[in-house]
Amino acid sequence: MSYLIGALLAQDGLTNGAIYALIALALVMVFSVTRIIFIPQGEIVTYSSLSLASLQQGTAPGSIWLIVALGLLAAGLEGFGYLRGDRSTSRLRAMAAYGLVPLAVAALTFATAGAGFGFLWNIVLVLLIVVPMGPLIYRVAFRPLGDATVLHSLIVAMAVHFVLLGCGLLAFGPEGVRTPPLIAGRFPVFGVPVSAQAMVVVAVAIVAIIAMALYFGRTLSGKALRATAFNRVGARLVGIRTEQAARLVFLLAGFAGALCGILVAPITTVYYDTGFLIGLKGFIAAIFAGLASYPLAALGAVLLGLFESYSSFFASLYKDAIVFALIIPILLWRSLRSTHVEEDEE
Amino acid sequence: MSGTSPDTPLLCVRDLHVSYGPVEAVGGISLDVPRGAIVSVIGPNGAGKSTLLNALMGLLPSKGQATLDGRDVAAMPVEDRLRRGLCLVSEKRELFAEMSVADNLALGAYSRRHEPKGAVEADLEAGYQRFPRLKERRHQTAGTLSGGERQMLAIARALMARPQLLMLDEPSLGLAPLIVAEVLETVSELRRSGVSILIVEQNARAVLRIADYGYVLEQGRIAMEGDAATLLADERLIQTYLGFGKGEAAA
Repeated sequence: MSYLIGALLAQDGLTNGAIYALIALALVMVFSVTRIIFIPQGEIVTYSSLSLASLQQGTAPGSIWLIVALGLLAAGLEGFGYLRGDRSTSRLRAMAAYGLVPLAVAALTFATAGAGFGFLWNIVLVLLIVVPMGPLIYRVAFRPLGDATVLHSLIVAMAVHFVLLGCGLLAFGPEGVRTPPLIAGRFPVFGVPVSAQAMVVVAVAIVAIIAMALYFGRTLSGKALRATAFNRVGARLVGIRTEQAARLVFLLAGFAGALCGILVAPITTVYYDTGFLIGLKGFIAAIFAGLASYPLAALGAVLLGLFESYSSFFASLYKDAIVFALIIPILLWRSLRSTHVEEDEE
Repeated sequence: MSGTSPDTPLLCVRDLHVSYGPVEAVGGISLDVPRGAIVSVIGPNGAGKSTLLNALMGLLPSKGQATLDGRDVAAMPVEDRLRRGLCLVSEKRELFAEMSVADNLALGAYSRRHEPKGAVEADLEAGYQRFPRLKERRHQTAGTLSGGERQMLAIARALMARPQLLMLDEPSLGLAPLIVAEVLETVSELRRSGVSILIVEQNARAVLRIADYGYVLEQGRIAMEGDAATLLADERLIQTYLGFGKGEAAA
């Protein structure tokens, strides 16, 4: 392998690694606060990529119907709770928010899709459509479970994954799409041509990760999420609502997924089921971190990206098999040093 | 805030029932905590003392009446009770062990996050003044503190919520006798600063010395109640219900 090929593979690996890192961080975050292994994280990535592609072609994406449906379902659940006796105004407010926000987003999308407001506006629309999916999925699928065990919520997460996969096929069709890069062109770095898109991906991922670290380390609301992750009873005792924390975490996960989808759309052809593979790789990185440590998850993701990139050079047919086979040595290593979050707390 | 007369108790509990499935852990308890008083609940292991406090805080579902400052709190979720001035220091302390002392205290004021920052910061400073050792260790993680310091931190964190009624669950548990004295001294001091206190203890003698009134709990029911001094004078009671003198004092 020449220096140039090695460097190009490294560029590829780092780009993918940055995306896996965002996914892995979202998975660690969701798990540590809610004890839910959020398998559908990958579908959020797909929805984001494919929605962006539709908008680029000037049509309103099919995912709109999904969030409207999810929103009405969530509003219905709140309304049902209200009728069953919990007549608090917060219920009514939640019902209005769940029902109206997706409708407003849909109206905005239909009004402006194809109006030619440009790429940046399309990205804003994608965020508006996809980010609310996080809390909506939580409200509809996971909240009704209450304090379910990790296994129960994993089963539900699998079910949600399949439902979203099917809805994705229905909404977007089986064709793969690729969007034009955010920034075109290549720049030489140490004699290696680096694509501007790769730089954008890595830069956005790094900014997002730093923003996340600042949020968790410096703000009261970020600290409240960490506190919920460390000690749920303690968090309740100081007045942190577990549900509110979960909703927030799912919103952040929705944002991470939407961001990944926007970043990944120009560098690979995305099909309705591509997100699952991306999500699964992020999951391996999260496992590398014992579903507990953010820095380890990011490191694991970058290593995984590099590993994948080099194995695609040496044995491209087995690329995915090699990457997924990594889970065995990682689990062995994890079992030898256990700093993971205990699942049977309380 | 308080629209009720000063004679009505701050906390009024009537016929409170708490069950774990088919097992009734607390069966119809009524008790009062007057304003500015220290009321203690004593009783043997498994009498339902912790269950009582957890239910009053809203961590466990319960049946019956509970009013704080004349307001019905029985159906409220934890965070609303907290906002009304009810606060629990749990038996297990429930600190955020991986976070710094300062962060623990900051989160203690989470229920007051919409208040102006200055008020919370003033309370933080007051907390550090009350517990100088916490100020020294404010950058350390809570998990590295000693048992006594952790209890101090748990109390300091609870005070950050500005409780009217502080509920303490076995504050002496697992602490050396000297530290226990220090903790109980802190509790008396808190009362002097205007916080009413409902304290659950196995260490009956020690707690009755600082309390005004006591309830003796046995198998989820109140077996006896009276002024702390009267209860303390009743040697037979202390021996029967608390097993003192049989080698298990100060568990």
